[in-house]
Amino acid sequence: MDGIAGKSSRLTWAVHISTVLLVALWLFPTVGLLVSSFRTADQISTSGWWASMFSSEQRVVIRSADPDDFRVEDNDAFVVSGNLFSEASGKEVMAWGTSSRDIEAYTPGDVVDLGEGESITVDTNGTYSWQGNEEQLSGRGKRIFATVLSPPDFTLENYERVLLSGDRTDGMTKAFFNTLTVTIPATIIPIVIAAFAAYALAWMQFPGRAILIASVVGLLVVPLQLALIPLLQFHNNIGIGKGYLGTWMAHTGFGLPLAVYLLRNYMVGLPRDIIENAKVDGATDFQIFTKIIVPLSFPAMASFAIFQFLWTWNDLLVARVFLIDATGETTVMTNQIVEILGTRGGNWEILATAAFVSIAVPLIVFFTMQRYLVRGLLAGSVK
Amino acid sequence: MADIKLTDVNKKYGGTVHVLKDINLEIKKGELIVFVGPSGCGKSTLLRMIAGLETITSGTLHIDNEQVNDVPPAQRGIAMVFQSYALYPHMTVRDNMSFALKLAKKSPQEINESIDRAAQILQLEPYLDRLPKALSGGQRQRVAIGRSIVRDPKVYLFDEPLSNLDAALRVATRIEIAQLKEQMPNSTMIYVTHDQVEAMTLADRIVVLTVGEGIGQVGSPLQLYERPENEFVAQFIGSPAMNLLPGRIIATGEQTTVRIAGGGVAVSDAPSKSSDENLQVNVGVRPEDFTETSGEDYIFEGEVDIVEALGEVTQLYFKAQKGSEPIIGKLTGIHSGLRGKTVRLTATTNKVQVFHQGKSLYYR
Repeated sequence: MDGIAGKSSRLTWAVHISTVLLVALWLFPTVGLLVSSFRTADQISTSGWWASMFSSEQRVVIRSADPDDFRVEDNDAFVVSGNLFSEASGKEVMAWGTSSRDIEAYTPGDVVDLGEGESITVDTNGTYSWQGNEEQLSGRGKRIFATVLSPPDFTLENYERVLLSGDRTDGMTKAFFNTLTVTIPATIIPIVIAAFAAYALAWMQFPGRAILIASVVGLLVVPLQLALIPLLQFHNNIGIGKGYLGTWMAHTGFGLPLAVYLLRNYMVGLPRDIIENAKVDGATDFQIFTKIIVPLSFPAMASFAIFQFLWTWNDLLVARVFLIDATGETTVMTNQIVEILGTRGGNWEILATAAFVSIAVPLIVFFTMQRYLVRGLLAGSVK
Repeated sequence: MADIKLTDVNKKYGGTVHVLKDINLEIKKGELIVFVGPSGCGKSTLLRMIAGLETITSGTLHIDNEQVNDVPPAQRGIAMVFQSYALYPHMTVRDNMSFALKLAKKSPQEINESIDRAAQILQLEPYLDRLPKALSGGQRQRVAIGRSIVRDPKVYLFDEPLSNLDAALRVATRIEIAQLKEQMPNSTMIYVTHDQVEAMTLADRIVVLTVGEGIGQVGSPLQLYERPENEFVAQFIGSPAMNLLPGRIIATGEQTTVRIAGGGVAVSDAPSKSSDENLQVNVGVRPEDFTETSGEDYIFEGEVDIVEALGEVTQLYFKAQKGSEPIIGKLTGIHSGLRGKTVRLTATTNKVQVFHQGKSLYYR
C-alpha cells in the first residue's frame, strides 16, 4: 500500500539496493569485456581489467646494451649508456638492483660502486650509465632488476587484428556482414507480415477469426527445435537448400507468432471510434491500415523489432542448421566466436574483442530504442 | 440536405436481444432531430445504423429516396461526430480535417478552401498546425465538428458530442452548435443525447426512444412537454418527473373528470366518451403545474415529508402511499413552515393529463 499520503514505503531501500545490484550485474561483464578488448595479452595475464585504469607495478629484468658493441671510451674508462625502456613509454623506475637476491636495493639516481672502479647508475626515467675498464665492460650486458611503475596503456591492436587484418581464423568482418545480411531482412519481413495479419485479426470481420487468434497463441509455445529437421528437408526439397533465403524464411516463421500476437493485442486496443471515423471518411481497409493503424502502432512495432533483431543477431542454432555450409563462406558472428574459442582458447584479448564486436550492435540498438521497448511491452496491458 | 426515411427498422443482436423495434421515422431536409431516451434504449445504435456502422436487421433506410441499407458509410453522404471526438492523434488539425478530402481525391486548392472556411466558422485558425493532444476538450470538439463541415455532407450525425465536456463548456458548445445550425439552414442534423436540456434547446423535433418498445413519441420539444403521448414520455421529459395519480373517471365529455384514489378530483381538458366512465386511469400533473389551494377543488392532498427550498422554487415531497413514488409539488417562490403540514394542491384543466393503460386520452 505505498503511494498513500503520509506513509513512506519501508521497502524503498530494498528497491534501491536491488536496482544497484541489477545495474552492477549487467555492467560488470560488459565493461570488463570492453576494457579487456583494449589490452594486450601480457596485461591481461598480469592484472585484471579493473586494475587497467591505474598505474601498475611490474618487476622486470632488463639487460643493458652489449658492451662489445655499444661501449664508448671516455678518459681511460669505458661507458655503456642507454635507456631501460624502449622510447617514451611513460614508465618510471621505482627501485632497482643488480642482484636477484636484492632486486630493490637502490633508489633511482644512486651511483653504485661495483668494486674496482666499476659503477652503475639508473635514473627514474630509465636512463642508465655503466662505467668501468675494458675488461669489466665486455661480454654480455649487465642485468638490471627494476621495479617499474607503468601508466595505463591501451592498444587498438586487437581490433586491428579482428576487424582489419582479413585473417580467416581471427577475422570477424566477413561474419559481421553475414550476420547483418541475416538479421535485417529477418527483422523486417516478419514485422511487415505480422502487421497486416494483426490488423485483420483485430479489426476485420471474417469467419474463423477467433480460431485463428487461438492458433497463433498456441503456436507461441511450440519450440523451434521441433521444426528444424522437417524444415531443412523442406528447404532441400524445394531446392533452396542452405542459404540466406532459407534462414530468412525460418526466422520469419519462428518470429511470426509472437509478432502477430503482440501487434494484434496492441491494435485491438486502439480506439474503435477512430477506425469507424476513418470508415465514415471513406478510407478503405488498406488506407486505414497504412494511414491510421501503422503510425499509431509504431511503438509496438519498434518493440517487436528490437526483440527480433536481438535474437536473430545472437542466434546460433538457426544459422548453423539453415545457413552455414561446408565452405564456411556464410559464417555468422556467433559461429565465428565458437571457432575462435576453439583455435585461440587461451588468447583472451582476441576472444574479448570478438565478443565485443558481436555485442556492440545490439547495445547500440538497445540504447537508442529502449524507450520503445518499455512502451511496447506495457502497450498490451496498460493503455 | 436530405430527407431520411426509416421504415419498420429493427435491430436485433444474436436473434434474441431486440434493441430497436419497428422504427418508423421521416426526417425532413434542414431539420435538427434529437434522439433521447434512457440508457440502453438504442439511440446510439439507431444513429450508427443511419451512419452505416451497424447493419439493419430488417426494414429499410432511405436517404434522398435512395435505399442505403447496404451502402458503405462513406457513400451515404453523412458525417459523424463521435462522443470521444475520434481525432487522428498523429495528425495535425489541418491533416485531420483534410483526411477525408484527400481520400476523395479533391484538388489541394479545394481542400485548402474548405479547411479555411471551416476553420473560420469554428475559430480554429490559430490551431491548424497543432496536434490534437495540444488542444483543450472544447477545441478538440470543434475540430471534430470541423472535420464534418469540410466534407459538406448531406446529413450530420452527432453522437453525444458534449458529454465529455465540463458543465460550462457544454453550455457554450451547445450554443455554438445551435448557431452552426443557423448558419447552415439546409443541412440535416441528427443529434443523440441523454441530456434533456440539450434536447429541448437544440431540437426542431425530438424523438423519444423507449427501451425495447420502439419510438415513444416524435414531436417538437414543447409538444412533448405539454401533450405527452404516453406515460413514458410524460415521465421522461421534465425534471422532476410528472406525478401520476391513479383514479377513476366519473364524468366524461369535452372535459374529463377523474376521482383520485384517496382524495381529490381532477378535471382535464382531455376529451372522453361516455363509455369511458368508471375507467381506471392515471392522472398526470407536472410538479411545476401544481398550485396550493385551500378550497375543496383540490386534486391532491397530503402531508409534506421533505421541503427543498431553492429560492426560485420550493419543492415539496409528500409522504408516499403504499410503496408508490412520492408525489412532488414545485411551488414558485419561497414557502416556509410547510414541513409536516397537510397541503392541498390543484392545477388548471389544460395542464392535467389523463392516461389510460399508459396512453394519453388526447391521442385517441
